[in-house]
Amino acid sequence: MSAVRRVISVLVENESSVLSRISGLFAGRGYNIETLTVAPIPDSNRSHITIATKGDAKTLEQITKQLHKLIPVYKVIEHNEMVEKEMVLIKFPIEQNLADIQVLCGAYNGGIVNVGEEMIIGMVADEPCRVKHFIEASKRYNPMEVVRGGVVAIER
Amino acid sequence: MKMSGAQMVCEALIAEGVKTVFGYPGGAIMNVYDEIYKQDGFEHILNRHEQAAVHAADGYARASGEVGVAMVTSGPGFTNAVTGLATAYMDSIPMVVISGQVPLSLIGTDGFQEIDAIGISRPCTKHNFLVRELSDLPRILKEAFHIARSGRPGPVLVDIPKDITAEIGEFVYPDSVNIPSYSPTLKGNKRQIEKAIEAIVKAKKPLIYIGGGAVLSNASDLIREFAEITQIPAVETLMARGVMGAKNPLLLGMLGMHGNYASNMAMSETDLIISLGARFDDRVTGKLSEFAKYAKVIHIDIDPANIGKLVNVDYPIVGDVSEVLEKLISGIKGQVDAEAYNDWREVLERYDALHPQAYEDSDEVIKPQWVIERIGESIGEEAIITSDVGQHQMWAAQHYPFDRPRQWINSGGLGTMGFGFPAALGAKKAFPNKRVINITGDGSILMNIQELVTAAEYKIPVINIILNNHFLGMVRQWQTFFYEERYSETDLSFQPNFKALTEACGGVGYDVTTKEEFDTALKDAIEQDKVAIINVQVARFENVYPMVPANGALYNMMLAPKQIEAKETK
Repeated sequence: MSAVRRVISVLVENESSVLSRISGLFAGRGYNIETLTVAPIPDSNRSHITIATKGDAKTLEQITKQLHKLIPVYKVIEHNEMVEKEMVLIKFPIEQNLADIQVLCGAYNGGIVNVGEEMIIGMVADEPCRVKHFIEASKRYNPMEVVRGGVVAIER
Repeated sequence: MKMSGAQMVCEALIAEGVKTVFGYPGGAIMNVYDEIYKQDGFEHILNRHEQAAVHAADGYARASGEVGVAMVTSGPGFTNAVTGLATAYMDSIPMVVISGQVPLSLIGTDGFQEIDAIGISRPCTKHNFLVRELSDLPRILKEAFHIARSGRPGPVLVDIPKDITAEIGEFVYPDSVNIPSYSPTLKGNKRQIEKAIEAIVKAKKPLIYIGGGAVLSNASDLIREFAEITQIPAVETLMARGVMGAKNPLLLGMLGMHGNYASNMAMSETDLIISLGARFDDRVTGKLSEFAKYAKVIHIDIDPANIGKLVNVDYPIVGDVSEVLEKLISGIKGQVDAEAYNDWREVLERYDALHPQAYEDSDEVIKPQWVIERIGESIGEEAIITSDVGQHQMWAAQHYPFDRPRQWINSGGLGTMGFGFPAALGAKKAFPNKRVINITGDGSILMNIQELVTAAEYKIPVINIILNNHFLGMVRQWQTFFYEERYSETDLSFQPNFKALTEACGGVGYDVTTKEEFDTALKDAIEQDKVAIINVQVARFENVYPMVPANGALYNMMLAPKQIEAKETK
């Protein structure tokens, strides 16, 4: 069976050990985590965890079932029809062409978010594959640092 | 009512109907022990090692079906308890373990006897709690018991910092629990059950495959009824021994790595597996690609994650075995022709006649299998049998005439040596009037031998029977078969004087080298009514047969030498 990518949202009780329960489950059972993001859901005592993972059909089924078994897990959503976004911040040397970088970031629905004495910071939030392309394209401007966020997704 | 956190722990245990707590005190749990001293709602047994305390609570739970309770201190007290938690976790045993923790203000400072109990126990508990506020304590204890016993049962750890047990607060023990994120499915989908019935009616060679979940669900009577109505033959896993009853003509035996020939062949040839609370463990299936190749699978399990985990399932039914079986039985009445499987059963009977679960007895030396059969003949249905892990465990599972569920208590999933003796203490506390026997080996018994002292002090008269072959027998057997007889570190010829050791601890010991001596020793041990060790010298190089080598196909069994001869002459 071939491995496919899958984005899963996990709605959990917002308690201190919940993230370790989930990451521990993935580590202990040998499941793959590509990215993981977590943040509290506003006006509730719950958190939303988004996990991008890879595995064959059997593994993905087990991941969902094992997540369900954790006591603080309310809901596991395997996304099919979703809007998926990821953020990236890239720091460029000040010597690089500001206008070029502005245009590049703009092409990926982003922009320059900070310019200092020695650096320019560009930001893009887009689909993960577009973020990947943006990072590729940015290489000609000698990026000093690339920081990628994890995926967040919402069902359409 | 205002009281300390320590007092709340005791009050909660009493409210849960706990009669016996197994444990060992220490710094971080002292406040609770101070309250234990003052109360008389439950008895506390001081085991001589935290691991043994947890196994004893486990044995209590397995024998009675109630939640076992153990109590330990922080740090090493807790880490010693981990093997006990993992053992219970792997076999889905309902248990609540309460551990002390350093005061909240010291957590994270590498304080004296501090260890991250929640982090360590996460993969070997059903759930765990660190109590951060006294006001949460009653609710957490209530939830711990609820989670331990409901759904697929399992051990729950409650880690309580010392300052919480000292603090005074208002105690109201909740009547009910409300955990919105936790609601196990019990009933089983009606449509799926109907489909399963159709599949059973159509099958020509169906097989009932019974696992430990049948014991946990107290489904024995229903399973016997289901088999009786349908006349479908059954196999049991190691964890399910006793569910069908040894005398039941529909029971083929135990399947798996050391299953009998007929059971393993039945599983290899069946066209429909009816799985009741079993989880297709690797020790049962052998090589997965060769496992039950011709079978459709009905899988009834309370844990959805067990379904489709290893074997593809055609009729998944998530639910409690008992609840599903009730519907299955009422739906199937009048639908199956009990004669329909006569041919199939006849084939299986022929398999059993070809290679019965037999051994070659001897007059010169005691065969370990003989000891098991002898205990069965002498005490039989009355006994609760616990065991450690190894050859003796397999021989007990193969040869003891188990007649009812919860009569056979052993560590199946984790395979914990040292489990049997403390588990026997727990079982005996649950059923003081039953004879409790721990069948053990010369390797395993030493792993919790200090419990002789516990048993002597509290007058818990369990009988340990060592099948002593001066080897770490099961590993030795693998070395014989797969490592060209290089007996690396498995020769246990140097051992204590078990008789003297038992007597030094306040028990009664016997050295046995003949069958007559064994009979005399067992009779005397029963009369003495004290903790006992009967040290039986058995045939040193006896192997457990049949054997399916790890990851071999279930139908490729290594048979006892004599059985091979019989096969060749056929």
